[in-house]
Amino acid sequence: MRQLCKGNVAIVKGALLAGCRSYYGYPITPASEIAEAAAEYMPQVGGTFLQAESEVAAINMVYGAASAGLRVMTASSGPGISLMQEGISYLAGSELPCVIVDVVRGGPGLGNIAPEQSDYFALVKGGGHGNYKNIVVAPASVQEMADLTRLAFELADRYRNPAVVLTDGFIGQMMEPLELQAVESVQPEKPWAVKGTRETRKNLIASIYLEPDELEAHVRKLEEKYKKAAEVESRHELYRAEDPEVLLVGYGITSRVLRSVVDMMRKEGVRAGLFRPITLWPFPAEALRHAARRAQMVLVVEMSTGQMVEDVRLTLDGRVDVEFYGRTGGNVPMADEVCKELTERMGMTAEWGV
Amino acid sequence: MDEYQVIESKSPVFYDKYERKAELQHQTHYCPGCGHGVVHKLIAEAIADMGVQDRTILVTPVGCSVFAYYYFDMGNVQAAHGRAPAVATAVKRSNPESIVIGYQGDGDLAAIGTAEIVHAANRGEKITIFFVNNAIYGMTGGQLAPTTLVGQFSTTSPWGRRPSNEGYPLRMAELLATLEAPVYIERVALCDNKNIMKARKAVRKALELQRDGAGFSFIEILSPCPTIWKMTPQEARKWIEEKMLAVFPLGVFRDRKLAPMADGVPQTTVTKLLGLDKPLEVVTRPMAVKDSQPDLTVKIAGFGGQGVLLLGQILAEMGMREGREVSWLPSYGPEMRSGSAHCHVCLSKERVGSPVIEHPDVLIAMNEPSLHKFSKMVEAHGTILYNNHKLPAGLPPCEAKIYCVPASEIADGLGTTKATNMVMLGALLELTHTLPRETALALLKAKVRNVKLLDVDCQAIDAGMACLRKQLGSSTDAHAHDGELAPCS
Ligand SMILES: Cc1ncc(C[n+]2csc(CCOP(=O)(O)OP(=O)(O)O)c2C)c(N)n1
Ligand code: SF4
Repeated sequence: MRQLCKGNVAIVKGALLAGCRSYYGYPITPASEIAEAAAEYMPQVGGTFLQAESEVAAINMVYGAASAGLRVMTASSGPGISLMQEGISYLAGSELPCVIVDVVRGGPGLGNIAPEQSDYFALVKGGGHGNYKNIVVAPASVQEMADLTRLAFELADRYRNPAVVLTDGFIGQMMEPLELQAVESVQPEKPWAVKGTRETRKNLIASIYLEPDELEAHVRKLEEKYKKAAEVESRHELYRAEDPEVLLVGYGITSRVLRSVVDMMRKEGVRAGLFRPITLWPFPAEALRHAARRAQMVLVVEMSTGQMVEDVRLTLDGRVDVEFYGRTGGNVPMADEVCKELTERMGMTAEWGV
Repeated sequence: MDEYQVIESKSPVFYDKYERKAELQHQTHYCPGCGHGVVHKLIAEAIADMGVQDRTILVTPVGCSVFAYYYFDMGNVQAAHGRAPAVATAVKRSNPESIVIGYQGDGDLAAIGTAEIVHAANRGEKITIFFVNNAIYGMTGGQLAPTTLVGQFSTTSPWGRRPSNEGYPLRMAELLATLEAPVYIERVALCDNKNIMKARKAVRKALELQRDGAGFSFIEILSPCPTIWKMTPQEARKWIEEKMLAVFPLGVFRDRKLAPMADGVPQTTVTKLLGLDKPLEVVTRPMAVKDSQPDLTVKIAGFGGQGVLLLGQILAEMGMREGREVSWLPSYGPEMRSGSAHCHVCLSKERVGSPVIEHPDVLIAMNEPSLHKFSKMVEAHGTILYNNHKLPAGLPPCEAKIYCVPASEIADGLGTTKATNMVMLGALLELTHTLPRETALALLKAKVRNVKLLDVDCQAIDAGMACLRKQLGSSTDAHAHDGELAPCS
């Protein structure tokens, strides 16, 4: 059935259907509804909700529950995510699956609570210390908040690694129809977990490898895992991108603006298309190269001063002109505004009602 | 490579061979005379005697005891520096049948992890913490700890601890004993055999209390670190007795039972919880929405408390029930605290692009500031519904058509200002003909449980429709429900 649902709440609904019954978190706007929904739902289905004393504690509680082999999650926004970074590194180092949601707000520092996409570096590129990756999915609708949270749990377990749902204040706060399947995920066995039983007594959850060779072997093993994930797990969506002369690239809320831009540009006779990464790591590089193969220009639009654009540039490696347009502070680029930017950069003139 | 066996007789809770390099497999990594080894033995012995080895989980810290998992043949989880109580909290809650031990040094517990220990204790987590206080950072080579004594030298207090610079030693047992939840708190010392026997008893008691589900237990152990203190093991023990005891008095700081606490959360299934067992209530549609009906974007703005956000939600939900793609985007955060609120609603035949509306088809301005602020944004062919009977002076010219709908006044007339948003909803339905009145009524019926309120809401919708119909006059056709409105409830 369809229900009108808030993005943040959809995350918890998706998590419940993924079999997650453990939530540890600390409130922060614009992510607090996730904690509130978890506080309401989890205890009613025999699960655990605990408001931790800080994000530092929360992520370490996630570490504890993940050690026990449970599907567990937390959610926060910029400042809280910064505090969690050490814990995320430990989770990756100890190969513990979990889901971390970042409902991105304006930064740096306290910034503001309006939506931004400025945590891409912090989560897609690591953010914590050491050689590790987060799996990162980027929902663009309320429906995807639920669906991709579910996917995040699956990927986290498949690769024994933290998975991040990277979204923003608008998708978190908005309501849209949500359709849920009343089928719960089947969870994999986790023989490595520490459960306080005879069978799991010898198990150890740790990320310490004091000998250089041992640590290197461990890091290589993680690297192999990431290589495999990069080969098969990237996801993306195309919109009118069969023959684009201009390829727009954006994720999350921005991709929705860009859809409108594509339609508006096509009306003006410009063959525009949209490439939307759904996974930010693994970045859908191969698909992007393919989509951009005939483009004369690629325009990356983000609510940041330019973070994902670096991955687009690396991917396309100078084969095509990659332009960037960004807004920050909580300003969402408007379709008119992007059309104007685009036509200017193409050397065209057209009237846009800005 | 030679195989080594640990020769001395030892607890079955310890591994026979330690996971260390060749010649080191038979000995621990601790320095001679180190207190950690003694504490390990006391714990192992208690676990063995209680027969709970299989279900015990050790959460280890960062510090000299980071490698405790080399020795303890039990479930092991290595935690980040200071976070053992947080990790142990979730380990225990995830494995309620297990016995969970947090093991921490003074830097780990009393400096970087102060928040975690205080809160785990305050929540009364059913775990046991063994706090090894050696008044120094051992692992990192002898820096100042929060428990370093006044005047005590360390590599980062080269003139001795100066209260003027570093404050005074932190007494964790006393501090935690100010809390309500802990059931057992004791400080013991490894200064001589008599005191070691006391420590042995305390360790055992703490673990037994956990086994019996009693609550949070905490044992602080004053422990020698001969290496960093630059003493012989004998001198170190003596130093505890002579110096540390004066600052950290031994004794039981808490020993009590907690009254049983009710949990009391009703249980259900995920399917029920998420409403997946109920089909969406079917809406009767005498006036079916035609495919040709245009998409609609609405911006609603006003003061908080005028039902701005709710009106938007109802509109979005109506659209959804009519089979449209919809989105509702609210203003959120401090803006709301200042008293203003707005939201954007899109109703569309196709997937909604940006939920942020640049140029709404309709602006519902619930107050004057909103009218001033947003009127210029409305599409040229668009409409503004303004909550008043006349337009304010000094409104800059705009291309949109403006209708005055004194919604608050009408609502007041119906007995409650709260229905203002429903009057506006009525006006909007009349204006756009995009959504049928019946859908609104069905939706309200499902949402508003109070019969009286529901009745007022319905009247408000009708009054809003009537108000706008009068103004639209003959320019709109008399339509289906003119004069023959179905009863509200
Ligand atoms: C976040 C972080 N900061 C600093 C360190 C470095 N560090 C490791 S152990 C330690 C202090 C250990 O002292 P204590 O807890 O007293 O244990 P001991 O070694 O004396 O048993 C420090 C500062 C670290 N591992 N992680
Ligand atoms: S440095 Fe001190 S605490 Fe660490 S092992 Fe040696 S004696 Fe023990």
